[in-house]
Amino acid sequence: MSVRVRVRVRLTVRALLVAVPLAALAGCAAPTPWVKPYEREHFADPIMSFNRDPVSSVYLDHVFESREGARGATGSVGGGCGCN
Amino acid sequence: MQLRAGGSGVHGGSGRALSPFTRTLLALGIAVAPALAGVLPEDRADVMWHVYKGGDITIQGPSVLVRKKVGDNLSLSANYYEDMISSASIDVKLSASPYHETRKQESLAADYLHGKSTYSAGFITSKEPDYKANTEYFAVSQDMFGDLTTLTLGYRRGWDQVYRDIKAPQGFIENDPTFHERADHRGYSLSLSQILTRNAILGFNYELLTDQGYLANPYRKIRFLSPGQGAGFTLADQVYPNTRTSSSASVQLKYYLPYRAALTGQYRFFHDTWGITAHTAQIDYTHPVRKHLILDGSFRYYHQGPADFYSDLFPRANYQNFMARDRELAAFNSYTVGAGASWLFAMPFVPALGKNSINLRVDHLMIDYSDFRNALLAGTYGAGNEPLYKLNANIFQVFVSIWF
Amino acid sequence: MKSRIATLAAALAIAIALPVLADSAGGRTPAPQFTLTARGGRDVSLAQYRGQVVMINFWASWCGPCRQEMPLLESIYKRYNKLGFALLGVNVEPDSKAADEWLKDTRVSFPILYDKDSKVSKLYEVAGMPCTVIIDRSGKLRVLHRGYKPGDENEYLDSIRSLIRE
Repeated sequence: MSVRVRVRVRLTVRALLVAVPLAALAGCAAPTPWVKPYEREHFADPIMSFNRDPVSSVYLDHVFESREGARGATGSVGGGCGCN
Repeated sequence: MQLRAGGSGVHGGSGRALSPFTRTLLALGIAVAPALAGVLPEDRADVMWHVYKGGDITIQGPSVLVRKKVGDNLSLSANYYEDMISSASIDVKLSASPYHETRKQESLAADYLHGKSTYSAGFITSKEPDYKANTEYFAVSQDMFGDLTTLTLGYRRGWDQVYRDIKAPQGFIENDPTFHERADHRGYSLSLSQILTRNAILGFNYELLTDQGYLANPYRKIRFLSPGQGAGFTLADQVYPNTRTSSSASVQLKYYLPYRAALTGQYRFFHDTWGITAHTAQIDYTHPVRKHLILDGSFRYYHQGPADFYSDLFPRANYQNFMARDRELAAFNSYTVGAGASWLFAMPFVPALGKNSINLRVDHLMIDYSDFRNALLAGTYGAGNEPLYKLNANIFQVFVSIWF
Repeated sequence: MKSRIATLAAALAIAIALPVLADSAGGRTPAPQFTLTARGGRDVSLAQYRGQVVMINFWASWCGPCRQEMPLLESIYKRYNKLGFALLGVNVEPDSKAADEWLKDTRVSFPILYDKDSKVSKLYEVAGMPCTVIIDRSGKLRVLHRGYKPGDENEYLDSIRSLIRE
């Protein structure tokens, strides 16, 4: 094999090494959800909400922060029910 | 976005017995973002009356929240909150400062849903005679990985006007015309919520906050040892740094118990450039009883190490560059036990709206200070030997929630 | 240098094109067959509806958008049922108590099937709630629609009308 052909092969192989993972990525989205949407009924239950009564949790946070030095990171995001 | 109380709190003492750094913090109006990405929150209205009784003061007032969808993609919410305070706390009694009676706070927020993202923006304004605080915030919330994960990024900015109340010669209280300061704040937050199993969900929050400007309290004083003078100590003005940066990170785990109940555990770590380190741990249990009653119980433990420039009694005048005696910066342990009950009912003529509720909640707060003493008793015990201060307070909440 | 870029570009183009080609080559897989117990106790299988356009709606009583969508599905069913259209509401809850409670207040005339062990949900790879699938007269899967937003019912109507005409 001539030097030119060898270089060509090497470059093509390298290009494919880049392209194939890209192709694979194009096909796959992310780790498949291990809790299926139809298995998330508990997270739709209000007792499983991180913030069931906002007026109450906001008020209690305010009471504590007025008397303490620490602040922040008290909010939490709730779980999605998988709807939409 | 759920709005945390912004503006300065009158809690912990009257007038601004609340170190304004606390007020500035509250002025920040911390925004709590539920995982809105994907579904907008439901329309609701909540009307509450809150009461705080402890440490010789009573603070009470209403809080009203209304949330309504406009079209299919937008949810608006508004909140009105008031603190009305009576009587004087230990701090006010010591410095004999005047105190005002009411703080009013209003806020408005909008959440816009687009596909799997929710964009939120809000504004909070708090007014009391000697402190005006404004906060604006923005957040983006995104569902990912099959909606098991929700990521939220938030930014907020606050700007405050600080005044000082004095007693006019005629006897009434007015703003000191020679005193007008500013405080500015910025906050960056990151939240993650992750469904772990069919029964468990994890939450993680990180928040970076910075303050600049006048962060002190124009009423509170420090004291230094002065044997032979007065009660053995002399009061002097406090000196605060004019910047503060703090970092806090928290984890929450919520678990669904098979007989239909929920158990929550939380931990938060806090540290700032003033040298304060704090740990918060909390456990909550929610137990529905049959169809119409939900019971809640909780226990919260909080431990704080003091700020670098805090001391209950400095050895002499001008001991160091920065000096404070605000008990919010002291070393202490705090315990809170709480219980709540919600009675669910359906609105007449409206089918299947069984989520409306009448709620009652009681919390008992105990703070054991390790290095803050009751200076009012210096005459009996001697300056520096007074008993350590202990705070006991009861907090009551009554509220009605309607879904429509 | 030029040939290197050209090769890389070609490889990338193939990489991007492959998935697209795969999609358009043929999306007409036959709809998986199943038999489930319906409200009222009798067994219902997909095979019974061969020759009609069938819409399967996977729903749960705890899912807000699902509840929002149901009355609209009922009106679509009433309109097109006589023209060779069938609608099956597959409830995915392991315990059907809550669903039956809710159905007492929201009457639907199309069959409600109970997929208590998620057998059919897995077969159809339900990846969002609600999930709507439309099958043509020859039993092939033609439309897969995840979630529900107000306005989606118009998409359903377009698909149903064109499939009925086939």
